[in-house]
Amino acid sequence: MMPDRLKDSQRPLVLANARVIDPSRKLDARGSVILADGVIVAAGPEADSAAVPDGAEIVDCRGAAVMPGLIDMRVFIGEPGGEHRETFASAGQSAAAGGVTTVIMMPDTDPVIDDVALVDFIARRTRDTALVNVMPMAAVTKGLKGREMTEFGLLQDAGAVGFTDGRHSITNALVLRRALTYARDFGALIMHHPADPDLTGSGVMNEGETATRLGLSGIPKEAEIIMLERDIRLAALTRGRYHAAQISCAESLEIIRRAKKAGLAVSCGVSATHLALNELDIGPYRTFFRLSPPLRSEDDRQAMIEGVADGSIDVIVSSHDPQDVDTKRHPFAEAADGAVGLETLLAATLRLVNNGDVDLLTVARALSTRPAELLGLPGGRLTPGAPADIILVDPAMPWICDGEKLRSRSKNTPFEGARFEGRVLRTIVAGRTVYAYAGD
Amino acid sequence: MNELKASPAAVFAHRHLLGIEGLLPAEIIALLDLAEEAVEVSRQVEKKKAVLRGRTQINLFFEASTRTQSSFELAGKRLGADVMNMSVGSSSVKKGETLIDTAMTLNAMNPDILVVRHHAAGAVHLLAQKVGCSVINAGDGAHEHPTQALLDALTIRRHKGPIHDLTVAICGDILHSRVARSNIMLLNALGARVRCIGPSTLLPKGLDRLGVEIFTDMRKGLKDVDIVMMLRLQRERMDGSFVPSVREYFHFFGLDAEKLAYARPGALVMHPGPMNRGVEIDSAIADGPQSLIRDQVEMGVAVRMAVLEALAQNLPNG
Repeated sequence: MMPDRLKDSQRPLVLANARVIDPSRKLDARGSVILADGVIVAAGPEADSAAVPDGAEIVDCRGAAVMPGLIDMRVFIGEPGGEHRETFASAGQSAAAGGVTTVIMMPDTDPVIDDVALVDFIARRTRDTALVNVMPMAAVTKGLKGREMTEFGLLQDAGAVGFTDGRHSITNALVLRRALTYARDFGALIMHHPADPDLTGSGVMNEGETATRLGLSGIPKEAEIIMLERDIRLAALTRGRYHAAQISCAESLEIIRRAKKAGLAVSCGVSATHLALNELDIGPYRTFFRLSPPLRSEDDRQAMIEGVADGSIDVIVSSHDPQDVDTKRHPFAEAADGAVGLETLLAATLRLVNNGDVDLLTVARALSTRPAELLGLPGGRLTPGAPADIILVDPAMPWICDGEKLRSRSKNTPFEGARFEGRVLRTIVAGRTVYAYAGD
Repeated sequence: MNELKASPAAVFAHRHLLGIEGLLPAEIIALLDLAEEAVEVSRQVEKKKAVLRGRTQINLFFEASTRTQSSFELAGKRLGADVMNMSVGSSSVKKGETLIDTAMTLNAMNPDILVVRHHAAGAVHLLAQKVGCSVINAGDGAHEHPTQALLDALTIRRHKGPIHDLTVAICGDILHSRVARSNIMLLNALGARVRCIGPSTLLPKGLDRLGVEIFTDMRKGLKDVDIVMMLRLQRERMDGSFVPSVREYFHFFGLDAEKLAYARPGALVMHPGPMNRGVEIDSAIADGPQSLIRDQVEMGVAVRMAVLEALAQNLPNG
């Protein structure tokens, strides 16, 4: 079945009377955005005086924000192999409703995305069934086993936008060293989940008083810190492009800051969930709050917010990880990690803006411009010629998250009943509207 | 009995007993007082009361336990309940049935009280959210074992008087012990001074935030304590090597006469059982005059009767 966006005849669109946010040129000003033929024609105050294309639909935004569509660098999708959890179609709907116009998909599928044929398959399937752009990252190692490198060059040519072993950490330092070195020849980004499996052990949540009270085994921060420190040394050794998929604690932020100061090609992400919640939110063993990396202390959460504010943390991700009842309806220690997040990514992040911790331009950058830069994508900006992947957002509209209404096939949200301010009003991919808010 | 005293059920107004954490001191005292009465009942020839007549109690044990299960069974029967024991091995979990599926199946049988033991912390909370009856936690992972802490408190109170004057040392594998957690909560709630003694590999992080003094030298830790609570070295739960060998463990943390001499004269020794003689406790101590280990078993039945009775009075149509 063809998604509507491909069937629609495309009309030019003028979004007038908008607050135009373009982090790529630090623009936050009143103006318009003009779209035609799937690209941006003009955006900003200057677009107010530009010619309106023939037959254009003109929308009065009434001061709502227009910004680049979100590029979510860490999304797990069930398809192929786990379609009962999520398909490209359901992930696409979820993304569209959340304002995510480009989903970067993790290779942890069945089969694993470690072969050119799989990348081709995903390109075809997502073109046919997904409302938004879906781009795969391919595995660093075959079968995500942490041993043999995949065909970086061929995979990249086929459309892989980067390389990662997804949920898996590469424990063998030599394998990661070679991967960073070889990827450099292709300018490819290696994204890694730094979590030492031995130190993680049987741990299921942040180590400390809360875990001890709950009788759950803890994951020390050192499981992340030690591996991140190792990775940075390897990035220095190889001069490869290294990206820590998600960091969760203050010490990791310090490591990243130091690496950046030293001029290394190092970047990192944080999940919106880790910006909004801490370990105490687990409460009475709520498994939807079981994540990897685990939710940490309030001090760590505050440090993550500071990292976003000063740009030390490059990107904010949803780490969308649909899990069904068969993996979540268990005692905490036996449940799977992960939470859905595509539809709450923007709203959870806007809490930072509405609390006055970070300005809208900065979070928009971490959600669009910066991921595009890291992955070499043309989007994430509102400049003439850039793809017309944009969203219209009311940053102050209040709403309450109802898990049952989420478009994802899985409903494992840690934000059930959460009060948010900030709603996506319209999501546009390649100039076509793929989502329009129609009331709750 | 004093007519003006509130009934224990009025003081203890909970639907479930999932842990000691969150209970008020007055609620704990009320349960202990009720248990004193149950001790008397249990020592009579006619041991039966009728508070649970017509009620169904299911003992759902996902982890084998002769002692706790039979104690709950006897307690229920002495109160007149129909008691059913269900031992669910890990087999049904392996067959793909979730804990919640099991709970829903049992719930359809309309039990009034579910007594649950499970190897995972929080499993009993999860179950309590899904069923319509009262739930008693008979031990969940390394989280809590509230009736054990209550029976320990009752045993102590009957021998030493009010708990707030006492110093209690809990020794051994604190990391994996639900008994330790429940006892720390209860003894602190009643104002005792609590010490934890063990090798650092068996002390969980953040333990100091739970209101205990920590010792890794048993002789120093036992100095002037009134009560020595030994814990089983739960070797079957260990992921790897927390202690190098049994003999090294016994040398430093096994309770023998020499180490016990550091405690206050007349200090009493407890153990939740089952004991590993020669691993954490010397046989001579376990069977000696300072040991309360057999009293604990008797108090176990009484405390479980008290808990069942208190919950029964809050049951619908009770």
